[in-house]
Amino acid sequence: MNPVNYLYLAALLFTIGAAGVLIRRNAIVVFMCIELMLNACNLAFVTFSRMHGNLDGQIIAFFTMVVAAAEVVVGLAIIVSIFRTRHTASVDDASLMKL
Amino acid sequence: MSSVASVHSLWTVAAGAPGKIPAPHIEYTELSPTLIVLGAAVIGILIEALVPRRNRYYSQLLLSLVALAAAFAAVIGLAAGGFGSSKAHIAAMGAIAVDGPALFLQGTILLVSLIAVFTFAERRLDPAAHGNRVDSFAAQPAAVPGGPAEQAAVKAGFTTTEVFPILLFAVGGMLIFPAANDLLTLFIALEVFSLPLYILCALARRQRLLSQEAAVKYFLLGAFSSAFLLFGVALLYGYAGTVGYAGIAQVVSDGAKQIDPALAGTMGNDALLLIGAALVLMGLLFKVGAVPFHMWTPDVYQGAPTPVTGFMAAATKVAAFGALLRLLYVVLPGMRWDWRPVMWGVAIITMLGGAIVAITQTDIKRLLAYSSIAHAGFILAGVIATSEDGVSSVLFYLGAYSFVTLGAFAVVTLVRDAGGEATTLSKWAGLGRRSPLVAAVFAVFLLAFAGIPLTSGFAGKFAVFKAAAQSGAGWLVVVGVLSSAIAAFFYIRVIVLMFFNEPKADGPTVAVPSPLTTTAIAIGVTATLVLGLAPQYFLDLAGHAGVFVR
Repeated sequence: MNPVNYLYLAALLFTIGAAGVLIRRNAIVVFMCIELMLNACNLAFVTFSRMHGNLDGQIIAFFTMVVAAAEVVVGLAIIVSIFRTRHTASVDDASLMKL
Repeated sequence: MSSVASVHSLWTVAAGAPGKIPAPHIEYTELSPTLIVLGAAVIGILIEALVPRRNRYYSQLLLSLVALAAAFAAVIGLAAGGFGSSKAHIAAMGAIAVDGPALFLQGTILLVSLIAVFTFAERRLDPAAHGNRVDSFAAQPAAVPGGPAEQAAVKAGFTTTEVFPILLFAVGGMLIFPAANDLLTLFIALEVFSLPLYILCALARRQRLLSQEAAVKYFLLGAFSSAFLLFGVALLYGYAGTVGYAGIAQVVSDGAKQIDPALAGTMGNDALLLIGAALVLMGLLFKVGAVPFHMWTPDVYQGAPTPVTGFMAAATKVAAFGALLRLLYVVLPGMRWDWRPVMWGVAIITMLGGAIVAITQTDIKRLLAYSSIAHAGFILAGVIATSEDGVSSVLFYLGAYSFVTLGAFAVVTLVRDAGGEATTLSKWAGLGRRSPLVAAVFAVFLLAFAGIPLTSGFAGKFAVFKAAAQSGAGWLVVVGVLSSAIAAFFYIRVIVLMFFNEPKADGPTVAVPSPLTTTAIAIGVTATLVLGLAPQYFLDLAGHAGVFVR
């Protein structure tokens, strides 16, 4: 199969993730959408690696996975702490500060 | 299809036994500033695990100060050894550049962090709780604010001494960020300094709801923008077949056919270049706080503990502008006719947007946040110059601006009432009559922000606008001067509020700080005045540091 199709898939997944971040209201779901965007990046890296015939892209994919894992650790800690304080994880309720 | 055959030989071993893999060559001396800071951060984590609680504060403080001072000495040593000019080169197998701009910015970041550690360690501003001196950070950040667990932690005298190693990790990432010489290192450094900052934002002792809200906003928006940056990196990799800056720059200027004819079919697609570069720039402009991507700045600056805000406002901006400069000057000079109009637009709306919205602010921390957005616009004007003067003026501006910012936020920590820091602007009325010295110092910082002559702000703005005008961006300079005038209005308004208004009966008091914060503010004032009265030496220094290695 033509590897370019995987690039289209990566772009589609990235767009779904970005749209989800903007539309969904639950901080956990927003965060999952960001992870989807990172995974779309990984798919693009691996596909380009296959097309170019060098391994850089595959190595970068591993780095991205580690970064995504570290981001989960920090992100969930912050989201859980705000959930315990307010008993909600909605990003709309976090509005003590306005213009 | 020879390229397909060569592709398969990469991940099948049947063709023959793999040869010896050469070990990478790492120049430890030239990377020593970063290595010292990150090593100290790891030791700091071990101190948290092994040292008794009552000794942790002093050991962490000592470790952080020694590490940052040693790293700064290492930067000076490298610069004196000629790595900033004649011996500038690419280290660590092409991942890190050791050159003038990198060393200048690393030195600035280290000095700023050293002063930030003083403000982090301040323990005399809040009244003692149960006989224990407390700092700006929560006793036990994981506990629910006001809940029994937190009350027990306060009673037991717990403090979050983890802030020091977390700060050091952030500084380590910031040192790599302006020196990163491939897009992967850029992304990793971005995450290494962002993740600790997200945590630091959530740790305020007072008003923790605001603090946690700031952390969630910063985290979600920061992760969102770094995902865009990463997708941009993927597209640029698809465009050039490499993530190294030099490799991409070569494909941009020469085209793919000259580099590798076999891969000309899959490389050199201009759509990938344009979209990829735009996405990477977007990620960097988010960190800088330029206008379409500035939404997080006021909320995070207001909610985060004030010492963290000062550190973040100063050091993040230095690191992010360093990375932005290197990307535009080393990777994308071949397409500057494409990015210059876009950056023109961004600079103009950043300068005007920051200055105009700041007028309506009623909170001093939000006011300083919008002022930092306006300053990002002024610095962008220097970035657009695409000349050696442009680089050196931006370096000078970043150095001058970061000390003013740090000092201003340190003064904000002093003005307090029963609820902690009194950040509402109306409460600052008449401060100059009650505490003339503190108000006068803050006035110096505000005048420097406004760019009044004899302060560092004027020297910086003059250098940046001169570089921009010489490169033909005259209209940009006109807009810049106009928005400086708008910005001067609200800085002067605060000064008028402090000195020419009657103090309120229930107004805030000015806490007497320990020598730590006093030193931080004194260094801020000294740097502001010295860089304003005698800028030539430092302008020359930045001028010598203005050439990127490729």
